[in-house]
Amino acid sequence: MTISDAIIPVVFTTLNFKDFLGAVMVRWGINRDKYRVTPGLYAAGKPGQESDVFVTANYKLSFDALRKNLAGVNGWILVLDTKGVNVWCAAGKGTFGTKELVSRIRLVSLDKIVNHKRLILPQLGATGVAAHKVREETGFNVQYGPVRASDIKKFISDGYRADKEMRRVTFGFKDRIKLIPNDFMYGKFYLLGAMAAPFLISGLSGNGVSYRDFSGVGGPAILRVFLAYISGIVITPMFLPYIPGRHFSLKGFFAGALLFIILFLLNFAGNNSIEILSWFFLITAISSFMAMNFTGSTTYTSLSGVKKEMKISVPIQIGFAIIGIILQVIGKFI
Amino acid sequence: MKDLVYLPDVVTLSLCEDTCNGCGMCIKVCPHDVFELSGKKAHILRKDYCMECGACALNCPVKAISVKSGVGCAAGIINGILRNSEPTCGCSDSKSNCC
Repeated sequence: MTISDAIIPVVFTTLNFKDFLGAVMVRWGINRDKYRVTPGLYAAGKPGQESDVFVTANYKLSFDALRKNLAGVNGWILVLDTKGVNVWCAAGKGTFGTKELVSRIRLVSLDKIVNHKRLILPQLGATGVAAHKVREETGFNVQYGPVRASDIKKFISDGYRADKEMRRVTFGFKDRIKLIPNDFMYGKFYLLGAMAAPFLISGLSGNGVSYRDFSGVGGPAILRVFLAYISGIVITPMFLPYIPGRHFSLKGFFAGALLFIILFLLNFAGNNSIEILSWFFLITAISSFMAMNFTGSTTYTSLSGVKKEMKISVPIQIGFAIIGIILQVIGKFI
Repeated sequence: MKDLVYLPDVVTLSLCEDTCNGCGMCIKVCPHDVFELSGKKAHILRKDYCMECGACALNCPVKAISVKSGVGCAAGIINGILRNSEPTCGCSDSKSNCC
């Protein structure tokens, strides 16, 4: 096979409105599977035998980030089958890994397409790929490029060197904001469950189950739970570096406590002192738990750290939730 | 921007400097600038910044680095406990929409 008789799709290096729309859908976790890229070899510009080979995942946003940043570059794009998951997460799971890379190189007969032995991988792929093993098995030399595709041109012009800044993962405000929709959707079942509980309790009263209470007390209860959820999964990630504490659960607790104070000042924290107290426990427990779940989206939490955090925090969260529910029930009967 | 740092003194990363051949691969792959190279050996400089991604250990050609890597994700750990397996965020099955 030579380049001329192989059919290799050429990609656009500009993104259109459909790509933007797709990105929004993927971020919200809607029909994500529709946005998988078919694994294989693609061309950016008019690559030849000497051109660089850039490796990426078959997650739409990964692929788009790469092709967008290859505008004006003649190169090959080798898309691995990572089941529609981004490079870093897929590398963590091993799907962006040595085995897949080696078999993909063979599948597309890369050695017939290019006359060199260089592969450029995103640095974060290193969690799944052992460069020396790829060389042993295929003869191709893996070169780790920058973390962000936007640094690729600088990486090339610097003589295929990634400087310290290019190698470092950051986690700024923008990075955190982008992750919130997916986390918001991921926790939706927690949210529905947590919203149903106080709603049911609110129907209880000294006179038995009351439908009027469902609507009169249940409505505000659902709103409080929803706000606590937002406090944990939206507010805490947004202001992450500015909320005290290193434990995410503690940060979430503080955000929840602040929410409680605001509700209290607005006279919206409950009808009697026991109910108000119960909402302190419930709101902080929910906010803390949801904030703790954000650990999975960050770029700096370790498995050992999260395990340690959970050992302390989960029992406290459960305790708070139980106290809150008991106080809710007691509050109904006074 | 100042680097965010998680809990201190929990990370399982270790480096055997005697085995290290000074190739510098760990420095290239580390996303948190944990290592430095001096005297033809790598050293762990900022251990508390390590997120246990495992890239260094996997790419060390002489196996000088060890780290118990995995997902630093509370939902993943809960998943692992429920399924009685290693922590996993469940991204590979198509129904899930984590990370």
